[in-house]
Order: sequence, then C-alpha cells, then structure tokens
Amino acid sequence: MSEEVIQKEPLFSPKNKRLIFNPLSKENPITVQVLGICSALAVTAKLEPAVVMSISVLAVLAIANVLISLLRNTIPPRIRIIVQLVVIASLVILVDQVLKAFAYDVSKQLSVFVGLIITNCIIMGRLEAFAMGNKPWPAFLDGIGNALGYAWILIVVAFFRELLGSGTIWGYPIMETLGLYKLGYENNGFMILPPMALIVVGIIIWIQRARDKELIED
Amino acid sequence: MQELFNIFVKSIFIDNMVFAYFLGMCSYLAVSKTVKTSFGLGIAVIFVLGITVPVDFLINRYLLSQGALSWLGEGFAEVDLSFLSFIMFIAVIASMVQLVEMVVEKFAPALYNSLGIFLPLIAVNCAILGGSLFMQEREYESIAEATSFGLGSGVGFFLAIIGIAAIREKIKYSNVPAPLRGLGITFIITGLMGIAFMSFMGIKL
Repeated sequence: MSEEVIQKEPLFSPKNKRLIFNPLSKENPITVQVLGICSALAVTAKLEPAVVMSISVLAVLAIANVLISLLRNTIPPRIRIIVQLVVIASLVILVDQVLKAFAYDVSKQLSVFVGLIITNCIIMGRLEAFAMGNKPWPAFLDGIGNALGYAWILIVVAFFRELLGSGTIWGYPIMETLGLYKLGYENNGFMILPPMALIVVGIIIWIQRARDKELIED
Repeated sequence: MQELFNIFVKSIFIDNMVFAYFLGMCSYLAVSKTVKTSFGLGIAVIFVLGITVPVDFLINRYLLSQGALSWLGEGFAEVDLSFLSFIMFIAVIASMVQLVEMVVEKFAPALYNSLGIFLPLIAVNCAILGGSLFMQEREYESIAEATSFGLGSGVGFFLAIIGIAAIREKIKYSNVPAPLRGLGITFIITGLMGIAFMSFMGIKL
C-alpha cells in the first residue's frame, strides 16, 4: 500500500463522522431501517437491562463489523451468511459468559435475549450492507454509530416505561421522593406490559417523522 | 396427551411469539404488507419451527446440557457444554433451513415457488432461534412436548402476521396522519393487538 493511500483521509473526516451521526437520526436502525426490533422491545421494561443490552450490542456489532471487514476479500460469497453467523455467534457467546460472570442478575433478566443478539437483524444487516464492502476503520465507525442509534431508542423507551410503570429511575424511587403518591398519583402498571413498548416506539417514530418530513412514507 | 395440547394452546395464545416476546418482529414488520406474502412466510415459519425445535431438543439433551454426554462413558458424566448452545442451535437452524429448502424444492415445487425468498430469510428470523432457546430454558421433558411447543409457536406467529397484514391492507384506505403512516401506525396496531392477546393470560392451563 503506498504512502498516499494511507494518508488519503484523516481518521475523522466528514464522511467518517457521518457514519457515526447519521444512524442516530436519519438512518436510525430501529425507527427508519426497521432492524433489531425483536430485542429492542423486550428488554425495555427497566433502564438497567436496556443499558446492558445496548452495551452488549455495541460490543458485538463493532467487533463483528471489523472482523468481517478484515475477512471480506477472503469469504466466498456463497457461504458468507454462515461465516457471518459463526463470527456473530462466537462473539455473543463471549458476551454471554462475561455477563454471567460479572452481572449475573441482569443476565438472568435478559434471559434468552442475549442469545438472540445472534439473530438481531441490525448486526446481520450492517455486516451485509456495510462491512462486506468497506475497510475496517469505517466499518468500526458504522458499527458504533448504528449501535448508538439502537441504544438511544432503547434508553428513551426504557426511561419512560420505568418512570411511568414502576415510578423509579434505575431503581431509584423518584416518584416517592417527589411525594406524588401522597397527592393521589398511581403507577401505570400497563406501561410494564409488553404491548406498551410497541406503542411507545410508535410514538417516538411519530415524533421523529413529524420533525423530519423526508422520512414520511406514502 | 392433554399436556401436549396444553403446551400447544399456550404457545399459540398466551406465550405468543410476536405479542408476548416480540420475536420475529423484523420479518413481521417487513413482510406484512399483503396477506398473500405473509401467508407464505407464516407457513414457512410453522414448518421450520416444527422441525428445528425437536432437533435442537435432541442436541441439547444428548450433547450439550450437563451430564448429557454420559452415554459416551463414565469420564464424560461431568462435561457441561451448554455454553456452546448458541452456536450449535444457529448452525442447526441454518443447515435445517437449507435442507428444508432443498426437500421442498424437490418434492413440492408449487409450495417452493410460493414460499420463494422467505425460506432462506427464516434462518435469521429471531422467532426460530428464540423457539430453541425458550425450549432450552423451559426444560421440556420429552421430544413430543418440544414438538408441540415448536408447532404452537409457529401457529402463533402465523396468526399474528396474517392479522396485521389484513389490517394493513385495509388501513391503506384510511386517513392516517402523515408522520404515522407505514411503520408508526403498524407499531401502534401491533401494540393494540398485543393488548387484545393479553386477555388470554387469565386462562389457566
């Protein structure tokens, strides 16, 4: 590789910055690309599992993107899905074992959803769409960006569900501290139930598309 | 026999894959634009879940869980390979999907054509892997129970996707607020359908 190819663009050129920031809004994996919804909704009844889940996805997505991008010229196209699945599954096993060792309670709460990171469409989708055709560094940034786009939706949904459903934030009884229960306030137990996650995400999509008219479907 | 029927009904209505666990959401949202295609996907999911869950059950029982290898001899009685289950299950699913695809293509070309692209896509459908992982977590006792759980989950997914597709076909003619059109309203309707399905929770089986 010649000198000039290496120096062609700085690490954080505008193009690379876009890789990180676009997935946060205009190309958000959940609300626009419709990827990775399966796990996004199931872990958002409380903030803590949502944050742990986001970090796990961030780790798996960034590393898998880099690995596949390094291997992209050696993978025969016919068996690329299997290769991608093996890479992802090995990383997920690592994440699962780390969680079991250092955060056992949360890993019990997440139950099968850690394993389901394997079939999380965000990861397969980004590997197919980006890592197979780009160099490792942009692939890494793309992984980070998409995982952050996934994470902020998870955290917003979990924040509202925990606040309105259990009256706590990260286990801290915020509603009780504010003294709202004495005024007759009651937790909305409905928010903890699965269907409300869908409705909260629906509302986020509504707000986002109302602000950004380009995203409106016909 | 009654136990099997209970598991079947429970996995269709009470533990519905889509409404209670959000599994298979990606294909559920992406493919549910018309009833015809969702019918194809639904049938394919029933098919693959009905095959992979029992196969993964056998693998879990005789290869992976603690003490499963004791049939090899005394020395293997303590071996616990359950940390390998993710990679084994996904390998089984990917190869089973491939196998099913070839068998269907050979013996039922009409069905193959109607399933089309959906068969290969199913390998990465979370509902399939989720089925195997739930099977492992809930510790079903026999292969018959695992099979009825797999088939029931498949039927649950089938009902859900047919339902949402039918609603989406109708809602095309309604005056939905512009930012909600498409994805947003689908989410909200799925939420409402989930609330409806919650009414089955009171049934004791």
